Amino acid sequence: MDFTEVPVTSERKSKKKKNKRAGNKRVSEAENGESVGVEKKSEEKIMENGESSAAFPPTFSVSEIKNKQRRHLMFMKLKQEKRKQKLQLRKKKKKERAALGDKAPPKEVPKTIENQRVFDETTVDLEDEEIAFDEGTDEFSAYFNRLTNPQVLITTSDRPRGKTVRFCEQLASVIPNAHVYYRRGLALKKIIPQCVARNFTYLMVINEDRLVPNGLVLCHLPDGPTAHFKVSSVRLRKEIKRRGKDPTEHSPEVILNNFSTRLGHTIARLFAALFPQDPNFVGRQVATFHNQRDFIFFRFHRYIFKNEKKVGIQELGPRFTLKLRSLQKGTFDSKYGEYEWVLKRHEMDACRRKFQL
Amino acid sequence: MQHDDVIWDIIGNKQFCSFKVKTKSQNFCRNEFNITGLCNRSSCPLSNSQYATIREEKGQCFLYMKVIERAAFPARMWEKVKLSKNYEKALEQIDQNLIYWPRFIRHKCKQRFTKITQYLIRMRKLVLKRQRKLVPLSRKVESREKRKEEKALIAAQLDNAIEKELLERLKQGTYGDIYNFPVHAFDKALEQQDHESESESEEEEAEEEVEQREFVAEDEVEESDLSDFEDMNKLKTSSDEEEQESSEGEEQQEESSDEEEAGASTSKSAARGRKRRAFVEIEYEREVEPVSKSRDF
Repeated sequence: MDFTEVPVTSERKSKKKKNKRAGNKRVSEAENGESVGVEKKSEEKIMENGESSAAFPPTFSVSEIKNKQRRHLMFMKLKQEKRKQKLQLRKKKKKERAALGDKAPPKEVPKTIENQRVFDETTVDLEDEEIAFDEGTDEFSAYFNRLTNPQVLITTSDRPRGKTVRFCEQLASVIPNAHVYYRRGLALKKIIPQCVARNFTYLMVINEDRLVPNGLVLCHLPDGPTAHFKVSSVRLRKEIKRRGKDPTEHSPEVILNNFSTRLGHTIARLFAALFPQDPNFVGRQVATFHNQRDFIFFRFHRYIFKNEKKVGIQELGPRFTLKLRSLQKGTFDSKYGEYEWVLKRHEMDACRRKFQL
Repeated sequence: MQHDDVIWDIIGNKQFCSFKVKTKSQNFCRNEFNITGLCNRSSCPLSNSQYATIREEKGQCFLYMKVIERAAFPARMWEKVKLSKNYEKALEQIDQNLIYWPRFIRHKCKQRFTKITQYLIRMRKLVLKRQRKLVPLSRKVESREKRKEEKALIAAQLDNAIEKELLERLKQGTYGDIYNFPVHAFDKALEQQDHESESESEEEEAEEEVEQREFVAEDEVEESDLSDFEDMNKLKTSSDEEEQESSEGEEQQEESSDEEEAGASTSKSAARGRKRRAFVEIEYEREVEPVSKSRDF
């Protein structure tokens, strides 16, 4: 006679499926059946999982079932059980909280990536003398001492297509004193001395790839630092829902959020120096550069104060996100330039909680 | 023996030539020594025992010549002459070397040499211009970054952050006097006044409760207004509207105070009402008799 050994587990499972409300009898049967064929470990686990639902025979993992449909069903059931337990736990905790009333322990703060951020040693203390001294004497000091007014030249890579051209135009409307020039295949190294001669303070080059802007080179002109960004999620004015009318000629205010390290501070000053020092409050426009997890979000809004506790904002203007790729001392020179900071993916992106800006 | 015609007969038309590339309109020859690149009787290097070409190696041009005397020695078959970098001198060199050679080959050699120099010049120019560097994108990395960006956007809560920042700037007074709600200062001042007058108002409350139980007609209200006339003389208000408001307010207070318990709000509003009453200025118009228009001379 040929005996085919049918593993006890699978039989049990099919039975379980048919009669979900398996009484203790079945469970005990199952346990008996199991303890025959299985090691001691399982018994220990039975003890441990005493609380878990009786429907699940102890210590088989869902992945051992060969049949895909059944495996899927079992997995779903497992998930439901887990969810139920979680809910019960929460209810219990809530009850305890309510019962204790004022004496309850303070609510636990959930862990976020920002909470768990690895401490960066280059974080700026607002009152650091060294930093104050550095910032007083770096390339932006001329701007911050009100010696120069920003003049921005916006251009693109070769042969820009529609979306990039429109993006440039909208940027020029957002940044006061900005001019768009068509790049006719000129070399940047030749453009830069000409710009310096005509008193431009910034050169902005928008790189295009496959009909969409994807890179930004921001060069502070009288031999200032050059920052290279990756541009993503560009939304032109047409694509923004619930937007206001076009921005006016008033100089906007600037909001720079969350730039905490030295590098972040340098970049923040780079952005700040794009806009004139005295914003027209009458215009009620504000340009925001918000840094979150090394992504810089740019937004342009018009605000209105409804009363002293409420403000309404309406988005005008283009929006895009930037990610810093490299910061180079001196004007644009990719071969022989001195790089202050370069994004090295394997070193810097390895830890989820470590950020550079 | 070298029979060119036989060779051409075979490879040209009838049988297979491994260098021949056939297209719809033309036949090309892939042989590296071919001078024109087409598959012709006169251009085929295999079926011409006297042949010459120009070839270029790392920016240097060479003239290759093949004669029938060396047909038996394949290793030495092609004679290589380096041409000078100067265009005219090179042309003269070609002429000298290919003197007495068929006109076709001489002409085609010079044409080919011209073409080669032209493309060499263009190559040198392009190197000086901007080189486009293609950076390969890794799909995994890009999708990872995209997801991170989305999560960062959600975590950023931009609208809230911007609103908070703007409100803070308003509080700190960066906007100066443009916005007329310095309400915090006003509230504080009011609170101070109210604190001072609360002690008074507590006494007044008792009086008011006694008063409020009476049904008071409007005339009597005016009388009570008049009773405070002395106080009112000292204090000023702006307009008669406030007078009306205060009287209305008082009536409402009398109605609502029965419903409401005496809370701080009612006492304060009563106090304010009292204050407003105190501030009311009553202007008495004296009707002056108009000057009679009758003229009595």
